Amino acid sequence: MFTDELGQGGKAPDGPDNSANHHRGTGESLIQLITPGGERVSHPQYDAWVRDVSDEQLASLYEDLVVIRRIDTEATALQRQGELGLWPPLLGQEASQIGSARALRDDDFVFSSYRESGVAYCRGVDLPNIIKVWRGNASAGWDPYTVNLATPQIIIGAHTLHATGYAMGIQNDGADSVAITYFGDGATSEGDVNEAMVFAASFQSPVVFFCQNNHWAISEPVRLQSHIRIADRAAGFGIPSIRVDGNDVLAVMAATREALERARHGGGPTFIEAVTYRMGPHTTADDPTRYRDANELEDWAAKDPIARVKGLLDRKGLLTDELEARVAAKADAVARELRAGCVNMPDPKPLDIFKHVYSTPNSWLDRQEDHYSRYLASFGDPAGAPSEEGAR
Amino acid sequence: MIKEFRLPDLGEGLTESEILSWKVAVGDTVALNQVIAEVETAKAVVELPSPFAGVITALHEQPGTVVEVGKPIVSFEVEGDDGEPAGGGPAPAEAAKREPNLVGYGAVLEATGRPVRRARTFASPAASPADEARPAPAAVPSESRPGPVVPAERPRSTPPVRKLAKDLGVELTAVPGSGAGGLITREDVQNFAGGGEHPAATPAMAGAEASGSAGTGTPGQRETRTPIKGVRKLTAAAMVSSAFTAPHATEFLTVDVTPTMELLARLKASRAFEGLKLTPLTLVAKALLIALRRQPSLNSRWDEGNQEIVQFNYVNLGIAAATPRGLTVPNIKDADRMSLTELSTALTALTETARAGKTSPAELSGGTISITNIGVFGIDAGTPILNPGEAAILAMGAMRKMPWEYQDEVVLRQVMTLSLSFDHRLVDGEQGSRFLADIGAILADPGMVLAMV
Repeated sequence: MFTDELGQGGKAPDGPDNSANHHRGTGESLIQLITPGGERVSHPQYDAWVRDVSDEQLASLYEDLVVIRRIDTEATALQRQGELGLWPPLLGQEASQIGSARALRDDDFVFSSYRESGVAYCRGVDLPNIIKVWRGNASAGWDPYTVNLATPQIIIGAHTLHATGYAMGIQNDGADSVAITYFGDGATSEGDVNEAMVFAASFQSPVVFFCQNNHWAISEPVRLQSHIRIADRAAGFGIPSIRVDGNDVLAVMAATREALERARHGGGPTFIEAVTYRMGPHTTADDPTRYRDANELEDWAAKDPIARVKGLLDRKGLLTDELEARVAAKADAVARELRAGCVNMPDPKPLDIFKHVYSTPNSWLDRQEDHYSRYLASFGDPAGAPSEEGAR
Repeated sequence: MIKEFRLPDLGEGLTESEILSWKVAVGDTVALNQVIAEVETAKAVVELPSPFAGVITALHEQPGTVVEVGKPIVSFEVEGDDGEPAGGGPAPAEAAKREPNLVGYGAVLEATGRPVRRARTFASPAASPADEARPAPAAVPSESRPGPVVPAERPRSTPPVRKLAKDLGVELTAVPGSGAGGLITREDVQNFAGGGEHPAATPAMAGAEASGSAGTGTPGQRETRTPIKGVRKLTAAAMVSSAFTAPHATEFLTVDVTPTMELLARLKASRAFEGLKLTPLTLVAKALLIALRRQPSLNSRWDEGNQEIVQFNYVNLGIAAATPRGLTVPNIKDADRMSLTELSTALTALTETARAGKTSPAELSGGTISITNIGVFGIDAGTPILNPGEAAILAMGAMRKMPWEYQDEVVLRQVMTLSLSFDHRLVDGEQGSRFLADIGAILADPGMVLAMV
């Protein structure tokens, strides 16, 4: 367990002080239920939260992890093939996303950042819609209310305010659903996130702040962002926090369930720090070898989220050929569907830009649309599609 | 059926990439997403996954070629009915025609250089800030002369007209505008295009095409043409930017370094340096670091953008290295805090990494002062050009046995010439001279260090 404790690739002389005397407000250590080697270790407090997870469900979590990794690698390939403009890989963060998203109820509402494609998959977003924005075909990929997942926020941390606001709305409605918001270690330095936590604490709103500490805010290491553990920042707001092994799908699920349960019963917000690692670049336009030590990557590769679930299944005798074949087939099918949906996606029309600005008619916008269509017509193409420069 | 794969924009707004290597050959059967090539963009080296499953029928570009985004690089024979319809159907076609532009963060737009500020036309003397922002359309109408009134400005027209002109291959600068204030209208362009080939239009087009194929165009034996790219291109850009922004002054000092060479021999024999590769460069570097403490202005940077002088309180010592890929200047971080043994180890590691061509970008950036050892080529002195952003560079000349005055007699001594270039904006003659004299004093008599530290 202690090998995961630092989460810094083991060598962080000037990293945040993780010693016990610096550590207030959160549990004694990183919560872990499956070791990197695939051994199920018991935890006095958190075992209870996943006691109901059956062998079958464990296999299903394994499938989820494999599938979203496949979505990620397929999307990365599509970017390299010119089919997507950009892609922010989630490689390494699968357990954080699956463990938390699979703990949610359908009526909970998710406010995510741009890397949570795995969460989007769990919420049931159509595969091509996950990549629509990255292909540049739309400003948003889906209707938030059909899946109770807001479209991903690009602005770092801005959506945490939306989550707190939504949670305050839940309070007004007297409902027992919960808002959960996903953001990274870097976002905790943003004003928006701090404001969101102040309001959530003051109003004791049912919101879960789910921070995936993947150790890098683009090229900025987490140790420069925070001189204490990220989870300990929550104490300053009076928000209880949990520090969990983000590469352990069961531990993440247990922590998220505890936080959700607290929120549903009037216990207010919880901050979860899922300690994980971004194994890939920040986006496909980034080269992490320019700022990151290869040894660090190796250390984290040894803590792979999928390998440990696989190891656990194996120990339990559940890793049958049949299961492996089923999971592989599912991943293949998902990748195929994603690719076909991507390359066959029709290009948007120039006037589509006016479609989703207002939900109701707006004369001011209508006038602009009229001007713009006449402008397009002046290119001499009645279809109004100067697509080479206009559309992309 | 045959499918082409065109080089995509691999970053955000990149215009070109270099094919480093092919991982497949013509005739190979490849699977979807199998890595087929390694390419280097301005941002990163990335692997290209195959967009199709099929057989490679052609590799259109050789390794080492810089390819424009949108150019076909490889063709596949793909089984007709694969459920994988025209992967790049309309998209690549558009990509091919796309005007390269740079968005996002980070990369240097090498293809066109820096954005050029448009020459301002004669704005009215009392131009308000608001007027300043626009390129003065209001200033012209008083003159009823057409087009050529504003030769430095792009001829004024509307986007649809510019598009039409581009489609017709018409150079707008040659078109007289009939609209208000010389505005070029659709009719102007059409009339111009219909009125026969204007000399201005064709040469431009021909020129553009010629430059596209220049690389392969000349098979002549008396000259060889090599495309300017990679390290050579970067080196050239760095040299030009350095030579034309920092006023260089160079000073020379010839020193009897026999005592230093004797010291070197003693150190090599000592247990503390056993196994280390101690060279004259190590000692020159150490001398420079010691002298630098007394003249910190040589370890600074001119920040034009912020109108500030940045004084470094650390020394990242650059060492110019000739590598298989050309000149690079990797640097040793915090060299000023290193003991002689540490410095020696760092220098050995740096040169070995550089020779192997494995220097990382981090090692190449952030240098604060540099040394170049031209002595290894048997050269005595020269005017080194500053590594961009640095205030000084020291060239070590060759070590020669020369007749030299020693204790009032002429004897053979080991003599070396030091050449120091410095940025005269940052360093006055006094500081530069004292710095060079200090280095010389240490090398002529290493004991002088006691008087300096």
